[in-house]
Amino acid sequence: MRILKKIVHFYYEGFRQMTWGKSLWVIILVKLFVMFFVLKLFFFPDLLKQNFKTDKQRSEHVIENLTNIK
Amino acid sequence: MNELLDLSLVDWSRAQFALTAMYHWLFVPLTLGITFILAIMETIYVKTGNPEWKKITKFWMKVFGINFAIGVATGIILEFEFGTNWSNYSWFVGDIFGAPLAIEGIMAFFMESTFIAVMFFGWGKVSKRFHLVSTWLTALGANLSALWILVANGWMQFPVGMQFNPDTARNEMVNFWDVFLSPVATSKFLHTIFSGFELASIFVIGISAWYLLKKREVIFARKSILVAAVFGLISSVFVIGFGHASTQQVAYHQPMKLAAMEGLYEGQNGPGLIAMGVLSTKKTDPEYKQLKDFLFRVEIPKGLSVLAYLNTTQFMPGIKDLLDGNSEHNILSAPEKIARGKMAIQLLKDYKMAKDDGNAEEASTLRAKFMSDDFQKNYFKYFGYGYIKNPTDLIPDIPMVFYSFRIMVMLGTYFVFFFIFTLLWLTRGTLEKKKWFLRLALITMPLAYLASMSGWILAEVGRQPWVIQDLLPTVAAVSQIGVSAVQVTFWLFAFVFTLLLIAEVKIMTKQIKIGPKDGGH
Repeated sequence: MRILKKIVHFYYEGFRQMTWGKSLWVIILVKLFVMFFVLKLFFFPDLLKQNFKTDKQRSEHVIENLTNIK
Repeated sequence: MNELLDLSLVDWSRAQFALTAMYHWLFVPLTLGITFILAIMETIYVKTGNPEWKKITKFWMKVFGINFAIGVATGIILEFEFGTNWSNYSWFVGDIFGAPLAIEGIMAFFMESTFIAVMFFGWGKVSKRFHLVSTWLTALGANLSALWILVANGWMQFPVGMQFNPDTARNEMVNFWDVFLSPVATSKFLHTIFSGFELASIFVIGISAWYLLKKREVIFARKSILVAAVFGLISSVFVIGFGHASTQQVAYHQPMKLAAMEGLYEGQNGPGLIAMGVLSTKKTDPEYKQLKDFLFRVEIPKGLSVLAYLNTTQFMPGIKDLLDGNSEHNILSAPEKIARGKMAIQLLKDYKMAKDDGNAEEASTLRAKFMSDDFQKNYFKYFGYGYIKNPTDLIPDIPMVFYSFRIMVMLGTYFVFFFIFTLLWLTRGTLEKKKWFLRLALITMPLAYLASMSGWILAEVGRQPWVIQDLLPTVAAVSQIGVSAVQVTFWLFAFVFTLLLIAEVKIMTKQIKIGPKDGGH
């Protein structure tokens, strides 16, 4: 428990005393937000997970795609 | 399968992936190398107790921090694209790709996030030795992350250690060590990380040269250059060695890529290496419009044979041998491979139909045939060829591959001399007086990125039309989505990544102008 407290304090103090690093954290957080809450949600669905419920259906879809060549 | 005919979808999807990967790669090599450079600097600080080395370490740690913060997670977008734009591919590769990427994610998260925090927050709070160990582990963690990604990439160039399951349409890993220790993966990994070390060394020398030109922080700059030049010179020797090993692997497993990068159209015994050359727009053969003549070329006799096979008489197939076949050297023709690929696809289709019709006996017979050694070795091996419409589709973009190889090699050779002269003039104490060389050091920084990008263009464009060598071409790997959706995300990425790059350059330039101060983080 004491070690855990020390670790939390270490991170807390590290972030509190941050100077130029704060602007980097802003960039990281904005970037992660754009990536996971904009790009992933609205532009990059996992098509097979979204369109099919089971792995069996996904397999059949891919086999269908791979074997029906025009 | 409409998308097989829709080349614009394939092209836009490839362009999008290339754009994302190249922007991601702008950040990665500096991280790979600079972490080791600052670990060496901190080791000198701990050994000598000289506070100047602490100041130096903290400055380059700051540069690393900026590069890491801007670049971190840009690679995750590639994984988004697998699920959306390349769903056939991402299903087909199965756990082969999933396992290394999962290990990479977990290792990168735990190793880098833990030890990077100690690196930045730990000065004066943890012991010098614990801090030093954390810095080394950050360097190791960053490079181990690259290992898993390059193992996955190596598998795509030379698929081994797996078995295709016709029931699930997925490749299943049957031998982890074959995948992990594949000669393609190991040579690719080592060539790539040492090139990252080289790039980071050039970066450190370039920034330090700027301080020398401005007559600022002279001791800091000289010490930084010393570490970077030694590290860079040693790394450049390894880059050449593992580059040679990579070429050998290409010769064995991707002969079409080697023939394209050398402009070798007809097979030869002991072919020469084109040191320099310019391709013309004139066709050499009306049957193969991609095969362009040379305006001029400077050839090292027997060079390619020695480079690829370490002997002077080895037969190397040209593009025409690989397309038309060469019975003397046991090379199947492209039409024969296409026919075998079509048979493999047809058998998979027949098996699925038999299963769907509830014909268990026929399904069992077909499955046994599909899984037999003979069928796997002689037909499934060419599965991807079944999607190829025209044998000439098997030829990658020759000018792009030819020139990217030469740019990479010429710059790589230049870097060796650059490190030697940097070190020579630094130790003689004349480096500061050679303004032209200091300016050259600044120009060399973007050249290091150019060499690095050229290497990836060679590796990835050179293996076209394949996503997975011989098993899955790009046209069959792409998802059935609208071209406009891909175009929108392409421009969106171009915008977002350019913003990130501008942010990186601005923040880094500001911190470089401030210079090394023993301040906060």
